[in-house]
Amino acid sequence: MIAAFIQRAVVQGIPLLFGSTGEIITEKSGNLNLGIPGIMYVGGISGVIGAFLYEHSLPSPESINPFLAVAIPMLSCVLGSLLMGLLYAFLTVTLRANQNVTGLALTTFGTGFGNFFGGSLIKLVKTDMPSISLTATSGCFRQTLPFADKLGWFGDIFLSYSFLAYLAVILALVSSFVLNHTWVGLRLRAVGEDPTTADAAGISVGRYKYFATCIGSVIAGMGGLYYVMDYACGVWSNDGFGDRGWLAIALVIFAVWKPNMSILGSILFGGLFIVHNYIQSLGVSIQEIFKMLPYVVTIIVLVIVSMRKRRESQPPAHLGLPYFREER
Amino acid sequence: MGATAAVELRHITKTFGSVVANKDVSLTVNRGEILSVLGENGSGKTTLMNMISGIYFPDDGQILIDGKEVVIRSPKDAFDFKIGMIYQHFKLVDVFSAAENIVLGSGEKGRFNIRRSAKRVKEISEQYGFEIDPMKKIYEMSVSEKQTVEIIKVLYRGADILILDEPTAVLTPQETQKLFRVLRRMRDDGKAIIIITHKLHEVLSLSDRVSVLRKGEYVGTVMTAETNEAELTEMMVGKKISLNIDRGEPKDPEDRLVVDHVNCVSRDGVQLLSDVSFTARSGEILGIAGIAGSGQRELLEAIAGLQHLENGEILYRNPQTGSTDNLRDKTPLQIRELGVRLSFVPEDRLGMGLVGNMDIVDNMMLRSYRKGKSFFLERKEPKGLADRIIEQLEVVTPDVNTPVRRLSGGNVQKVLVGREIAASPTVLMAAYPVRGLDINSSYLIYNLLNQQKEKGVAVIFVGEDLDVLLELCDRILVIGSGQVTGILDARSATKEQIGLLMTKTNGGDACEHA
Repeated sequence: MIAAFIQRAVVQGIPLLFGSTGEIITEKSGNLNLGIPGIMYVGGISGVIGAFLYEHSLPSPESINPFLAVAIPMLSCVLGSLLMGLLYAFLTVTLRANQNVTGLALTTFGTGFGNFFGGSLIKLVKTDMPSISLTATSGCFRQTLPFADKLGWFGDIFLSYSFLAYLAVILALVSSFVLNHTWVGLRLRAVGEDPTTADAAGISVGRYKYFATCIGSVIAGMGGLYYVMDYACGVWSNDGFGDRGWLAIALVIFAVWKPNMSILGSILFGGLFIVHNYIQSLGVSIQEIFKMLPYVVTIIVLVIVSMRKRRESQPPAHLGLPYFREER
Repeated sequence: MGATAAVELRHITKTFGSVVANKDVSLTVNRGEILSVLGENGSGKTTLMNMISGIYFPDDGQILIDGKEVVIRSPKDAFDFKIGMIYQHFKLVDVFSAAENIVLGSGEKGRFNIRRSAKRVKEISEQYGFEIDPMKKIYEMSVSEKQTVEIIKVLYRGADILILDEPTAVLTPQETQKLFRVLRRMRDDGKAIIIITHKLHEVLSLSDRVSVLRKGEYVGTVMTAETNEAELTEMMVGKKISLNIDRGEPKDPEDRLVVDHVNCVSRDGVQLLSDVSFTARSGEILGIAGIAGSGQRELLEAIAGLQHLENGEILYRNPQTGSTDNLRDKTPLQIRELGVRLSFVPEDRLGMGLVGNMDIVDNMMLRSYRKGKSFFLERKEPKGLADRIIEQLEVVTPDVNTPVRRLSGGNVQKVLVGREIAASPTVLMAAYPVRGLDINSSYLIYNLLNQQKEKGVAVIFVGEDLDVLLELCDRILVIGSGQVTGILDARSATKEQIGLLMTKTNGGDACEHA
């Protein structure tokens, strides 16, 4: 029971982990990308489109090539979220548009984009169900280690996940290392903290912002892909993604801008998100209150962090502000 | 000497639009030498140095490094020639440690290893006698420590030509001494050092040679050992120029504002004003002269109720009631209602006086909206005022509904001064009211101030042009490092006198013995 709960919590948490890792990298460059929910949504639908086209080009579901079945949705997911990231960077860095407005617009746009193409695909397959089912592709994504289920609770908790889940953890650990122990990380942090100083030190502020935003978006987009292909078993239904994107942004604050912290945070959030299913005899109204928990925890963390006033746990100093060299 | 010159500037000219910042400036600095570049505010010292460090590019003239003509197009080019500039405003990331800031942008190759870098930082600081903890975070540091980090930053990159822009402006006398010891050590190590300053005693105690700039032009270079304060002051301020500003005799002056032993301390604990006392009289223009940032702003803000006083009193003699009020216990609004008006025009006109996105009428209302009786805005009166100001002060604007930020600097200025005068003040404070204005607009402002004086207003005028101060004001208060260094009669004072007082700190050469 406990093992099953933890396992579900992790599965719930992985999309959030992708999202928050991406957002942390973006925010470290000083870009507050509130378009993350939209970008994750676009990442999901892009993967679905890729998988849909591939599956429907096959003579029969059995002839699926596992490598292509994974590579094609991955590539289309990367492409979709990369374009979203580029759009955000172009608007906020090159045109210096307001970051909050741009981000919210991208979220609205991304959701609409996903629902439009989701709806179109549903029309194409002519089913009665309001969803698209890509079971064959999902099967390839959900491959786990062959010996995982033979190891009891240990296997359940640690080894029962698909490769994307491990990728999420690895990406978070790598980001953490890059941010704190490499030149690139030092420069990126400098850009987000104090772009004027970074500029004077010969760092190309715009380029760092572009790269961080795009890489962040791609990582976040994978969260959408994981959600469809793994969590939802390859079934896309419009608006099924819910507010996971916002939870990912809340998780950034919870993790005080540290990717390795967000690994633990994502599992906690995932657990809080589903805990109502594991408590017996809860009314529907009480369940909704339980779904609030991750946000309540985030607010508590914000309060504590603000009260402690440790400079290291504050957001990057220049977060959300445009940088314009001549305006000094 | 020419063969070994580390940096040689030949006939450098730089203009910004129609303003000539540097005109035909030539100077040299050798290795193992400290050169002071001396000049008043706006004499083009920093512009000149910015051309060596790659921020600006000269319009004309040549820069030679080690005898070879070079082109410096960016700060990066300057690094490549081993030129390092230490700015007045530190460029440091607050949440980074000293070592992280130092290696940032050092272009260092190889693996990132902060411990190894910290060790090198330690070595450099020991070599020159700095005291610094490489792992300390910048936000925990004092101003002097931050400056040390800036200096080590350029040394770490291997700079052997160092330019320091007014490095002592933010330091205490003890810290200044420490800095000078380090600079002398670097000089003995064979580095070429240029220090921009306007403090004469520092020039004399530190440098080997002095180059003087005045209003963008090169005046000359002298050996420090062969000169004295009087000669340098004369080179710095130049001969008196007559401006023909009308100046009437004050009509029955009476004490209006008595500032008594005022002390102000900034949030970082730096003493901004120490023991300032003076009296402003009605029907008189009191000029305030001083190097920029010597406490003029804080003084005016203290009178207007915007600056917290450590101790001291500001007494206001009310001409209507004859009573005496202590402004120290009053809010800015109460002070304003007494008739004390601050027309504060620092670098940022739109910061404190006007709202850039609002039109002229709305800006007029910022001062009068409290008078409104009904729920709705009363725009007729402020519109009339705006029209009057536009007409009388010849404000160039399409109409009264143009956002103020679209007007040129001079016109913004006229709107601001016009509004403050329209409130018929009893004390009018104007800080740099003619900065950025052309000659005609400047004279318009001078006339306005003179009119106010005739009406019996106590006018306090903070200016930077000594010629103007000498012709416009009745008395001149000179302020240096937050202290009053002298109060002179403007009719008999000379530029040299003021110049000397501006550059002197009370208590003599504290730096010499500390």
